Amino acid sequence: MSIILSIIYLIATVTFIVGLKKLGHPDSAKSGNLTAAAGMGLAIVGTIFIHDLQVPTIIYVLIGIAILLGAIIGWFIAIKVEMTKMPELVSLFNGFGGASAALIGIVEFGNSDIKTTSATIVATILSAIVIGAITFSGSLMAWGKLNGSVKSIIKIPQYNIINNLVIIAIVVLAAFVVIENIDSQILLYSLLFAGLVYGVLFVMPIGGADMPVVISLLNSLTGIAAAITGILYDNMVMLVGGILVGSAGIILTVAMCKAMNRTLLSVIFGSFTATAGPEGTNKTLGSIKSTTASDTAIIMNYATNVIIVPGYGLAVAQAQHVAHELEELLVAKGVNVKYAIHPVAGRMPGHMNVLLAESNVDYSMLVEMEDINPQFNNADVVLVVGANDVVNPAAHNDPSSPIYGMPILDVENAKHVVVNKRSMKAGYAGIENELFYNAKTSMLFGDAKSVLADLVSEIKNM
Amino acid sequence: MKELIEFISNNLQIVYIIILAIFVGIEVIKSIPAVLHTPLMSGANALSGVVIVGAILVMLHSNPTDYLALGLGFTAVVLGILNVVGGFAVTNRMLEMFKKKK
Repeated sequence: MSIILSIIYLIATVTFIVGLKKLGHPDSAKSGNLTAAAGMGLAIVGTIFIHDLQVPTIIYVLIGIAILLGAIIGWFIAIKVEMTKMPELVSLFNGFGGASAALIGIVEFGNSDIKTTSATIVATILSAIVIGAITFSGSLMAWGKLNGSVKSIIKIPQYNIINNLVIIAIVVLAAFVVIENIDSQILLYSLLFAGLVYGVLFVMPIGGADMPVVISLLNSLTGIAAAITGILYDNMVMLVGGILVGSAGIILTVAMCKAMNRTLLSVIFGSFTATAGPEGTNKTLGSIKSTTASDTAIIMNYATNVIIVPGYGLAVAQAQHVAHELEELLVAKGVNVKYAIHPVAGRMPGHMNVLLAESNVDYSMLVEMEDINPQFNNADVVLVVGANDVVNPAAHNDPSSPIYGMPILDVENAKHVVVNKRSMKAGYAGIENELFYNAKTSMLFGDAKSVLADLVSEIKNM
Repeated sequence: MKELIEFISNNLQIVYIIILAIFVGIEVIKSIPAVLHTPLMSGANALSGVVIVGAILVMLHSNPTDYLALGLGFTAVVLGILNVVGGFAVTNRMLEMFKKKK
């Protein structure tokens, strides 16, 4: 390899590390992203032009077309996508990366004379194919679930047995090819197929709030697939870049699990829904009290301190803009308004910040959980919009609850709590929320967007 | 087992690099505020598109008459660059939003 290309790869690798580091701080995040992107561009251009291979022009043309095509489509999707669709988008892009790794593995398998290739190289090729296939089908499954085309949680009988059989099949098949040095297309494609099946099976039973964790995990797997491909080509930028994403992805996954008081294993094995509510505890919870937009508008209008708790429902209803309108209106009337942001509010961690930022909400109004919790005591009205599990007091006082121990927003300390929900249906965790039965709580049923719009027009008329 | 030891002894540098890179990844990401989890995830996602380099190598090495390899390589390049460009662009768009409110 030419020394110039090696140096380019070295620079690119450093930009990846610096970029990731900067992405971790609010002030430098944007320049971090651009730094890493510049490094990536450098590595791509270097790879195309700096080598001593005799490459026919037609290949360059094809590479150019492929890059132009993918870049235009990618750019277009990135510019057009709605911010609420972020989880889908990340999983879709991630699936593409995985597919790319699997395809490279397939080509390399065809190119190598497997009978004489060393076992470690064969094993490397096969793992690129399998891991790439798993991330591809898993990400597409996650994408389908998030956009609603795949029903949220599918339980198939003997799931664990089937799942384990597929893993065993993959390992046995791969070991067979590696040890026996068999150059068989049939085995290769069976392995690819088994990987695809496993990806689907892996994501299938996971639902709702756990999806971001899965996406993050799959993201990390794509990194590992890229790193493995890097070993294949003895290519440092792929190796280090892939490993960085792999390990950072795992840490991010664990951080998300922590914010939800879940362990990675319980996400993967989906015990969340299994433990939910066989007791039928809702009998003892009492009755709920429902309210109207005009009553809510009155108490908000005459309040001194209002805290808005935005949740998943707000994101789904795309109500972030009208929430901002409501907040501006209240502020104009002299009400002190804040947003309480739970770390896992929205459809993925940090998502709510992005959504509210998109609607131009002043950054200083977004208050993180630890800082806002002591302030609920002074709040006259708390408006919970489409959030459920993150305000469920069971996390504090019901040790048998699956969310027990999860840090929550202590909204029940406020004078009035108004909860906007579409219906009494339980949240992600499928568990009852005693907050709704609290004497201070009134329920304001309806779609988040139209309810908030009603509140805005009611307050305007006052 | 013998193969594994052989691999390690033949690729000692790579093994070192992998282990050090794992630690760098962990250190770099440690204690990130939850606010940035979404952009970080999409940024890391864009980085995993580095697999595009491999896809380009596949195309550079393939014989112009080997349509299967070329086709697969072409698809791999398209998908890889989609991951890279889309990932960085959307991350930038998100961070842009954070920036403008002051």
